[in-house]
Amino acid sequence: MSVSPRHALAVWHRNFAMYRRTWKLNLLPNFFEPLLYLASIGIGVGAYVQGMGGTSYVAFLAPGLVAVSAMNGASFEVTYNSFVRLNFEKTYESMLTTPVQPDDLLAGEVLWAVTRASIYGGCFFVAVAAVGLAPLPGSLWALPVIPLTGLLFASMGLAFSLRITSMDLFSFYFTLFLTPLFLFSDVFFPLQERLAGAWLTLAELLPLLHPVRLMRHAFRGEASVVLLWDVGYVIGLSALLLGLAGRTMRRRLGS
Amino acid sequence: MVASVGVTRAVVECRGVVKRFGPRVAVDGLDLDVPAGLCFGLLGPNGAGKTTALRMIYGVAPATEGAIRVFGLDVATETRAVRARIGVTLQENALVEPLSPVENLRIFARYHLLARAEREARIAEVLDFLDLRAFADVPVAKLSGGFKRRLAIGLSLVSRPELLILDEPTTGLDPAVRIALWERVRELRDAGTSVLLTTHYMDEAERLCDRVAVLAAGRVVAEGEPARLIREALAVEALEVEVAPQAEALLLGGLDGVPRVRSGRQVALFVPDAAALLQALRGRGGEAARLRAVVRPANLEDLFLHLTGTRLESGEASAAPAAAGGRA
Repeated sequence: MSVSPRHALAVWHRNFAMYRRTWKLNLLPNFFEPLLYLASIGIGVGAYVQGMGGTSYVAFLAPGLVAVSAMNGASFEVTYNSFVRLNFEKTYESMLTTPVQPDDLLAGEVLWAVTRASIYGGCFFVAVAAVGLAPLPGSLWALPVIPLTGLLFASMGLAFSLRITSMDLFSFYFTLFLTPLFLFSDVFFPLQERLAGAWLTLAELLPLLHPVRLMRHAFRGEASVVLLWDVGYVIGLSALLLGLAGRTMRRRLGS
Repeated sequence: MVASVGVTRAVVECRGVVKRFGPRVAVDGLDLDVPAGLCFGLLGPNGAGKTTALRMIYGVAPATEGAIRVFGLDVATETRAVRARIGVTLQENALVEPLSPVENLRIFARYHLLARAEREARIAEVLDFLDLRAFADVPVAKLSGGFKRRLAIGLSLVSRPELLILDEPTTGLDPAVRIALWERVRELRDAGTSVLLTTHYMDEAERLCDRVAVLAAGRVVAEGEPARLIREALAVEALEVEVAPQAEALLLGGLDGVPRVRSGRQVALFVPDAAALLQALRGRGGEAARLRAVVRPANLEDLFLHLTGTRLESGEASAAPAAAGGRA
């Protein structure tokens, strides 16, 4: 990999310019989704939930949903949007007629997806902080976790989107991959109280689990050694997937 | 590189370039020199390898074999340096539809790392040059096909390229728009920009290109000035005669050394004076006296048919080229 930061930024800028024009169509629906979960499950169902170790259920739910909104922000960008830019709009092909190189392109796309994840996650964090679910200033540690979550799901989505040749496969990615992650990654219930030993170890493979754990610790203002593993997992897997995505991109655009 | 006197410096040099996709050979030993300051046309039917050749020339696709130099630089290793000095318009417009022409131009100017002042100056230049001023701030989605194409070409001009590469610049456009675009390309060439374009329209090549290379099955089968190529391989004029294949030997016999090309019911015969030939044929009497024929200038399409036995715009194979007549 050899990235020219200024060229990557030019790619980022292309998406930013586009987004500035279309954000009302693109941002708002996705942004409201976790808010609706917070209201329905957190407040509605939460009223019947006891025994969350001293906190309300909605307070348990909030940090996980911040991670989820970052995951969504990145995922929407690098799935349908990237696929269209690669296959239909010939955006990538036209970028590569200029001094922009494939690695710059990939870096710019990831940077943009992280930006979008940060907008989603950031806005959601502000919303939960405003209603008193994020104790300040301790929970500000959640802020760096937002782009980290974005990086992970940007890398994952790109590795998938660049490889597939039919848009229909995204329904697998969303319904059979992201949705189960959303439901079983410690967001709605504490995994360690529901799963037995070996299963709990296996659950460590779930990508969303790590951002959620980081987020929850930040909200509670707690530190733990396990968080180092979480950060390492997120960065390591992102690097691996980006390497893969880069190879696919060079193969698909450079032949 | 030493440019000798009297020889135009080549902006693009391809030597023995081969491109394989698995077992398929798309470009099969391409040798090509694109001289500076001219409009150079790469002609061929769909699938002849034109676009693949261009993609290798601007360095997005590596050649399987052979060497390509642009401005004397090895495009495989100095890709970024080459791309900074060229502009490429792809066959399909890659525009950001919700944004305006100005915003699209800004995006492209950023890819070239132009600073703000420079960027805005170049954008104004391109808008004026391509008459896009009136639509500068309208979403691209609302522009007509002709204006979208202009903008697509404008994107590749924003870096003031020394070499402009146009892949099928006017495919799908109406005649007035095509003529207007040709005029712009001529102006660019006259101002010193080298132009390399691909087309499968022979009128485009004849009117616009100073030199052409005819590509068939991934190889150059003829190269030179259009008029001269036609004259040397065929003749200045064509006599197009309507004659069924079974009557051809009878009606058009005894014309050894006259190149001919059949397409459908038409046979074109190439001679310096087609009217005289028609008179001679009709003078044979009988059925020949009633020959239906048209006298016209020989054109690039004739040449292509002669060289490859393929109709250009339809891509359909016709009868094999006539045995008579020398090859270019």
